[in-house]
Amino acid sequence: MMVKVIVTHKPGVLDPQGQTVLQSLRQLGHRDIRDVRIGKYIEIELDATSREDAERQAAQISDKMLANPVIETFRVELE
Amino acid sequence: MTFAVITFPGSNCDRDCIWALEGVLGYTVRNIFHRVKSLGSVDAVVLPGGFSYGDYLRAGALAHFSPIMEAVRTFAQAGGVVLGICNGFQILCEAGLLPGALVRNRSLKFVCHEVSLRVENCATIFTSQYQLGQEIILPIAHSDGNYLTEPATLATLEQERRVVFRYTGPKRFDALDGNPNGSMNAIAGIVNSEGNVLGMMPHPERACDPSIGRTDGLGIFLSVAQSVAKQSAVLAE
Repeated sequence: MMVKVIVTHKPGVLDPQGQTVLQSLRQLGHRDIRDVRIGKYIEIELDATSREDAERQAAQISDKMLANPVIETFRVELE
Repeated sequence: MTFAVITFPGSNCDRDCIWALEGVLGYTVRNIFHRVKSLGSVDAVVLPGGFSYGDYLRAGALAHFSPIMEAVRTFAQAGGVVLGICNGFQILCEAGLLPGALVRNRSLKFVCHEVSLRVENCATIFTSQYQLGQEIILPIAHSDGNYLTEPATLATLEQERRVVFRYTGPKRFDALDGNPNGSMNAIAGIVNSEGNVLGMMPHPERACDPSIGRTDGLGIFLSVAQSVAKQSAVLAE
């Protein structure tokens, strides 16, 4: 089963890459862009007995390794 | 006095630490590969700088799952002295042995130059050889040294005087406020609540040998050795 994990900075945590991209986009004339936040996108293939099981496994490894709870949050998406 | 220096895949300051400890100071060093599961009999552990696991995922994120880290955690929790330098600091934060996280420098640039630091607490295992408020100069070399934590933790760190080193101003770089990476409260190094684990971004091991320049980093290793010697003397009585 394919699971997708999306890791983003917690609100309030400075995202210097996002801010730099935002500034560059504004310089290019994209005045309507309010904010840019850059995170990580991770695809995981795993064996699971059900969708719930896959979600649970993905959440577990995200919590343990893929995201740092001090600065990041994550969400799990299933195909 | 025996120091363990851990080598992770991608560590690149392990040799510098070994040279400072063994070559300059004459201590015994056990260089331990990260796959080993035991520290053996050592007095203190150094997690050196570098780019363990290529900084993949996050700096220090994968190293903290290396087999040796279980032994380092047990050692630290039993009161053993652990010093994390640069990538070692990042690993200690990822492992939860120190609070907070080290994120990308405010400038988004790799910073590599000398910085001046103020010794904010000289009553620690790591800083007894310095004077309170002493200014020292050490090199930094990192992309992810921007220390960040929750406001409550930051307040606790300050209140308990666990901010041991703070960036104090430009000596040879262009950051206007003397903070080279954007760290909260210009934090360069902190200790855990028990005081036996220190993490710092600057490199004391690169400022130990008079033949290559400054020696302001010696005080940290000398302080650790003195504290361990004192502890052994107490135990022997």
